[in-house]
Amino acid sequence: MWKYLFMRLLQIPPVLFIVTIMIFVLVYIAGDPVATMLPADASPEEIAQFRHALGFDQPFYVQFGNYILDLIRGDFGESYQYGTSALGLVLERLPATLELATASMVIAILIAIPLGIISAVKPNTVIDFFATSFSVLGKAIPNFWLGIMLILVFSVTLKVLPVSGTGSYAHIVLPAITLGTAMSAEITRLVRSSMLEILHQDYIRTARSKGLKYSAVVIKHAFKNSLVPVITITFLQAAALVGGSLITEMIFAWPGLGQLIIQAVYAKDLPIIQAAVFVTASMIIFINILTDIMYRVLDPRIKFI
Amino acid sequence: MELNNQAELSPYPVESSRQKENMSKKLLVLLKKLLTSKTGVVGLLIVLTVCLMALLAPIIAPYDPNKIDTANMLKPPFWLINGDLSHILGTDNLGRDILSRLIYGSRISIIVGILSVVVGGLIGVIFGLIAGYYGGIVDSLIMRLVDSFLAIPTTLFCIVFLTVLNPGLFTLIFVIGVTNWVMYASLVRSETLSIKEREYVKAAKTIGVSNFNIIFRHILPNVFSSIIVISTLSIAGTIITESSLSFLGLGIQPPAISWGIMLSEGREHLATSWWLSTFPGVAISITVLGIIFLGEWLRDVLDPRSRGTKS
Repeated sequence: MWKYLFMRLLQIPPVLFIVTIMIFVLVYIAGDPVATMLPADASPEEIAQFRHALGFDQPFYVQFGNYILDLIRGDFGESYQYGTSALGLVLERLPATLELATASMVIAILIAIPLGIISAVKPNTVIDFFATSFSVLGKAIPNFWLGIMLILVFSVTLKVLPVSGTGSYAHIVLPAITLGTAMSAEITRLVRSSMLEILHQDYIRTARSKGLKYSAVVIKHAFKNSLVPVITITFLQAAALVGGSLITEMIFAWPGLGQLIIQAVYAKDLPIIQAAVFVTASMIIFINILTDIMYRVLDPRIKFI
Repeated sequence: MELNNQAELSPYPVESSRQKENMSKKLLVLLKKLLTSKTGVVGLLIVLTVCLMALLAPIIAPYDPNKIDTANMLKPPFWLINGDLSHILGTDNLGRDILSRLIYGSRISIIVGILSVVVGGLIGVIFGLIAGYYGGIVDSLIMRLVDSFLAIPTTLFCIVFLTVLNPGLFTLIFVIGVTNWVMYASLVRSETLSIKEREYVKAAKTIGVSNFNIIFRHILPNVFSSIIVISTLSIAGTIITESSLSFLGLGIQPPAISWGIMLSEGREHLATSWWLSTFPGVAISITVLGIIFLGEWLRDVLDPRSRGTKS
């Protein structure tokens, strides 16, 4: 196992390196943002001085070298909007995003697992039809539209939940449902299909013919074994959530990473964008490796190679 | 005409007409199979309707979608008080007809959906074939590139790209396409890995067929049905991506019409005029649903391995 872990960890640096190159190239294509940052009546000398101060007058390889050196020190430069460290701003917003992601995952699991189990135990019934429709619709309905519709129903019409912002537990409900629904659609589908497969296996029949209660067989024998793929997909969905929460955060004015990124995009605040992409990518790589390892730990049939 | 000419030129005219017969037979079998799947039929009908809507927009749209009509601003759909049949789905804050805008909006969804899948598919298939066929260091390099793209979420990637490039239709198609290639690359790579070990590929190698010919004549045709399946399914995803980017104001720019733009314009009037932001979302959802149905049916028919695992 340790060897596998080591090999897996060894893949991180090149991937992160390619990610940083991609970010740098993008920013380089963007050209220097000086023109948009200074007032329109700035004199040519002022512009030249400003370009020099930010290092935009240097050749490509020098800029790239400086960029990598700064990166190793964890320095993405200062935000054009706020004038403070871009990485600091990104890390400041991270807890809010993680809080929202956790709440959405809880909602997704609470919906998906019971729904998936019931629809597998009673295939081709009304409940099964409902579960299948739910998992297809969850994929087809755009997340941001679902968010707007939830605001329309619960905040504008029924006035039971706040439209946007933070401050109380009520504020997290709508954005968490928005993100959780799409996630649970995928998980429901998987719980159902892996439960269906397992329920037809010999050891389930054996357990039932011994006279065990059906519910006990379903939970203890079948569900436990269907957990491996379910946990895997839940983790992978969590990784997708980190990026997927962008628009949802914007719609609900949730003060997380997503909102910061969108605002940075409108302001062309490149240091923040670079730092945010780097942090997001690192998190996703970390979650993916964790998923891989969990998968192997949970299912002893999979060998470490 | 062209097909007939080919049949005449072919040294084995009988064989070739038999092949044609086989083709039409296969198509007939496919169609019969489609009719046995309810969701498949529904999917096909939805997709055909949306495509027709996009093609015939100027003919079927009751109004010019950009015509501003200050006398009829924020008119509700016909079944509500104040609404009437002149604007079936109501009008927006500038008095523009929602139905006409929805019909024109389907054009952007279809164009961006299909073209960005083509862009992503072309890049991905070529990289996947190369990685799978040649293996070794080329393979590891391409796979690390794939990993890096996977580490950045699609929406984030598109947003970053669109920040530095000028927004517009072609930028959008290019950007969504580029973020999509990874999926094709990994699929084609894994299939190529198994196909290149088969006897007929080895035989072709032994008699000295060039690598180029092996890849494009012997391997590619065998991966094709999988490519068709995931391309169809990923059109659904690209349509959602397009609408969300346009919603953010980073995709299609007004006066061009996109369902995403309609949603973001309608959001400002959510409290008073719910129909502005409801109908475009319904349009996106139904279109995507149709494509998913059609794609899943295609997968069941074309990809024998996934048969029975359908849930």
